[in-house]
Amino acid sequence: MSTVAQSEQNHHDHHAAKGFKRWLYTTNHKDIGSLYLIFSLTMFLIGGAMAMVIRAELFQPGLQLVDPHFFNQMTTVHGLIMVFGAVMPAFTGLANWMVPMMIGAPDMALPRMNNWSFWILPFAFAILLMSLFMEGGGPAFGWTFYAPLSTTYSNDNTALFVFAVHIMGISSIMGAINVIVTIVNLRAPGMTWMKLPLFVWTWLITAFLLIAVMPVLAGAVTMVLTDKYFGTSFFDAAGGGDPVMFQHIFWFFGHPEVYIMILPAFGIISTIIPTFSRKKLFGYASMVYATSSIALLSFIVWAHHMFTTGMPLAGELFFMYATMLISVPTGVKVFNWVATMWRGSISFEVPMLFSIAFIVLFTLGGFSGLMLAITPADFQYHDTYFVVAHFHYVLVTGAIFSIMAGAYYWLPKWTGHMYNERLAKLHFWLSLVSVNVLFFPMHFVGLAGMPRRIPDYALQFADFNALISIGGFAFGLSQLLFVAVVYKCAKGGAAVPDKVWDGAEGLEWEVPSPAPYHTFSTPPEVK
Amino acid sequence: MPHSSLLKKLTLVVIGMFAFAFALVPLYDVFCDVTGLNGKPSLEVATESNKVLTSRTVDVSFTTHSQRNAPFEVNSRQYSVNVSPGEMVEVKFSAKNLSSEARVMQAVPSVSPGKAAKYLHKMACFCFDQQPFSANQEVEFTLVFYVDTELPEEIEELTLSYTVFDISEATASNTVAAKQQAG
Ligand SMILES: [Cu+2]
Repeated sequence: MSTVAQSEQNHHDHHAAKGFKRWLYTTNHKDIGSLYLIFSLTMFLIGGAMAMVIRAELFQPGLQLVDPHFFNQMTTVHGLIMVFGAVMPAFTGLANWMVPMMIGAPDMALPRMNNWSFWILPFAFAILLMSLFMEGGGPAFGWTFYAPLSTTYSNDNTALFVFAVHIMGISSIMGAINVIVTIVNLRAPGMTWMKLPLFVWTWLITAFLLIAVMPVLAGAVTMVLTDKYFGTSFFDAAGGGDPVMFQHIFWFFGHPEVYIMILPAFGIISTIIPTFSRKKLFGYASMVYATSSIALLSFIVWAHHMFTTGMPLAGELFFMYATMLISVPTGVKVFNWVATMWRGSISFEVPMLFSIAFIVLFTLGGFSGLMLAITPADFQYHDTYFVVAHFHYVLVTGAIFSIMAGAYYWLPKWTGHMYNERLAKLHFWLSLVSVNVLFFPMHFVGLAGMPRRIPDYALQFADFNALISIGGFAFGLSQLLFVAVVYKCAKGGAAVPDKVWDGAEGLEWEVPSPAPYHTFSTPPEVK
Repeated sequence: MPHSSLLKKLTLVVIGMFAFAFALVPLYDVFCDVTGLNGKPSLEVATESNKVLTSRTVDVSFTTHSQRNAPFEVNSRQYSVNVSPGEMVEVKFSAKNLSSEARVMQAVPSVSPGKAAKYLHKMACFCFDQQPFSANQEVEFTLVFYVDTELPEEIEELTLSYTVFDISEATASNTVAAKQQAG
């Protein structure tokens, strides 16, 4: 270590090295939280750029900009990046920043593992993105990598995809273990289970989902690897395997995965709505139980992704009813949020705007999910743009909007500055309008039979697709405003008090703004 | 609870779930075997039937198709047979290697409707083993089967479908037959 770094260390209490090394060696939960969030934003922009390629190609019928093989790579890698690179690391970043501060802990329980779980992530995505530039191209079999597309019909770069997913999996498993140990062991005295902030509760449940299903995903990619390169026949009928089994294993991971991407969002919304309604959250205990039951139910509904695989009637009925059952606890949550706002003194700061948009649009995505759960109807909707519309409503206006809401909510606490309200509101309204221009018409082209993942389409879909693409470009460009707001807020702005929002509750508002490098070195007393 | 013991427990869960992913493979087969779902017929040699139910008959049709350009032509001599449950039937299949090289064929059976799968018992089938062919060789196979007397009343016809694969490249150790014997 250089002498400069040594002397720096003496100046500031015990910050480690400066510059890049500070970030590389850091074990501080706030540093790692920031790293996760910056990484996630970067991935969001890269994955978004791929979506722009997709929308540009689909602007007109016919093949014009990219060849179909590259188009397939774009849809595949867009999905992988948004799921594993943007949404999941963003939630892990928020957990890193906020969970210790919310429960009055000095840091995460396993700080060195925390460092590892972040720093292997860039390598995973470097490997994945590199494969796009190699001969034969990157993965082109859809983010769901169904066998035999990923085994028999994929190119040799599939190994890179497999290793990238392995590393992403290890990273999120380590992150999840850290969250669990932190919440179980490091709660401040008096912070009983039923006093935990809901963001902490939802993350605890998410972490259990993660350690339960990420290993199953690792198993699935490992089987793809050995089927492709080492002559096993897990998914090859000629060798006694079964390609449908791939789908069972994948969706056993895949369905809980969608809750991994939405439960922390529920936590964020449950934090923000009471703040700006200036009321206590309605039905705290029912929120906890609803979250737990959603998590438990998520393990018995996976085959609703497979209604068209020729499942027996008994299976179709079971998975249909089980799936519909999930709308009950979800409905409880939506009811509680609305009941919290009911007769509250509501003000419409940017986090609140995103939260209200979340409630409305996520519920809309939930409804289209309910339509997809109806087995006989699903035969019509399966693999159409209706499905694309559904999961983008729950993931973009659901998960992403909640992340935006959370970022605007805590940004002043992180930086000590208020963000530029005008720019932020512009970001919100542009996003809100464009995201609906982008995804709403997809319902209609889907119902009319436009298949997903195809670079060309029948002429009658042309007008709608042009409109969708315009919405897409507008939504993509609007996100640059978010980058600008975050950058400006990090660089300066009006100073904020410790308790940034007058209606906010929780330990994180008792520490100074910006939050000092070390908080709660002595645990607070929770009454 | 100290960090280390909690960490140990959580790590065990992770390892357990990784193993569970692989356990799903046999579990899935067991589940299909027990319930007869998924049209996955048994690949074990059935014992002879001991009674015949003459009060009803079932139509059994045959269909074959080659997967991934497998260079084989396999056809049943009869399009379908009308049998009584419990009655043993012999059906001849003609098979030809269309390529001018030696090839190994594996046929994978499937029954439709799926829930009829567990009621179809095969006593002799070319699908039990891998079938080596010399260049352009023509072979005749015999399928011996019977329909279980317990076949639900509402099933009046069923289809036995064979998908034919070229497994010349695969090693002998990972074929259907080898897997069945192993476990
Ligand atoms: Cu699902």
